[in-house]
Amino acid sequence: MTRSSVGFGLYCLCVCAVPACQSSKAELLKADASAVKLRSIQTRAFDTTDKTATLRTVMATLQDLGFVIDSADDMIGSVSATKLNRYQLKMTVIVRPRGTTQLLVRANAQYGLRAVEDPQPYQQFFDALGKAMFLAAQEVD
Amino acid sequence: MSRRSIASKVWIGGLLATGGLCGCAPHIPPDALAMRHQSLEWRQRSTRRFLTTDEKQILAASAGLLQDLGFTIDNSAPDLGLVVASMDRTAVEAGQVAGKVFLFLLLRVDVPIDRNQKFRASIVTHPSGNEIAVRVTFQRVVWNDRNNISKLEPLDDPKMYQEFFEKLSQAVFLEAHQI
Repeated sequence: MTRSSVGFGLYCLCVCAVPACQSSKAELLKADASAVKLRSIQTRAFDTTDKTATLRTVMATLQDLGFVIDSADDMIGSVSATKLNRYQLKMTVIVRPRGTTQLLVRANAQYGLRAVEDPQPYQQFFDALGKAMFLAAQEVD
Repeated sequence: MSRRSIASKVWIGGLLATGGLCGCAPHIPPDALAMRHQSLEWRQRSTRRFLTTDEKQILAASAGLLQDLGFTIDNSAPDLGLVVASMDRTAVEAGQVAGKVFLFLLLRVDVPIDRNQKFRASIVTHPSGNEIAVRVTFQRVVWNDRNNISKLEPLDDPKMYQEFFEKLSQAVFLEAHQI
């Protein structure tokens, strides 16, 4: 057996073994981090019930951060936006009521083809949003 | 270098590339969502205030201007003061073409050059007292002649924004007078 055919065998083995021959279709319903932990990282509560004003502030904050808004929907309470800066960063923010005195704001970011699961970028986003809303972003369990 | 040595290096390269693709996807830059002091300058540059309370009129004028410029309206949410548009154009630049020809003649190297681009724009209005603030942001994606993305960038030339708002002022005037 030649050295190059041994190499080819090793290569095939590696491609199949990493990561356990999983089909790329499995990405559809894959949650990389613990769903509860991720939700907590991505969500903050604000002491306001004005959904429209909050959505407008979310759009303004995203524009401040260099995003171009893709779409927004007052009824669903969603804003989607994309930032291009040698990379592609997509964000969707959903605003919904929490009880009678608060709104929950949840942000999802996708960097290239990967979901962002680090707490720091979300913390930075909510810091900026809190300042723009003149309200404190409260962590939720 | 022997053929066997070259072949083994190719396989090692393949193994490393496979490992890299599987395990080490790039991470989000640490400042991607951080507010910086440039953000405020950027906001000023991309915002103009119009002395009116008619937000729908400003949005209609903005959409009309984008159409005048060749954009297609992709999305709008009047209740939130939003218009989103995009435009596909050629990205061929004479300098790049000349460079490609020069390099090919000199070194027989075929370098890729930009071919197509998509501009994206979002306009967001924000009522404040008896004024309406209008903020526009532009960005573009450029593809080269091998159909790969060669540029992903915000468009932040102040002149571009100044010119846009001059046109918008005219469009708002025309819209207000139903011309």
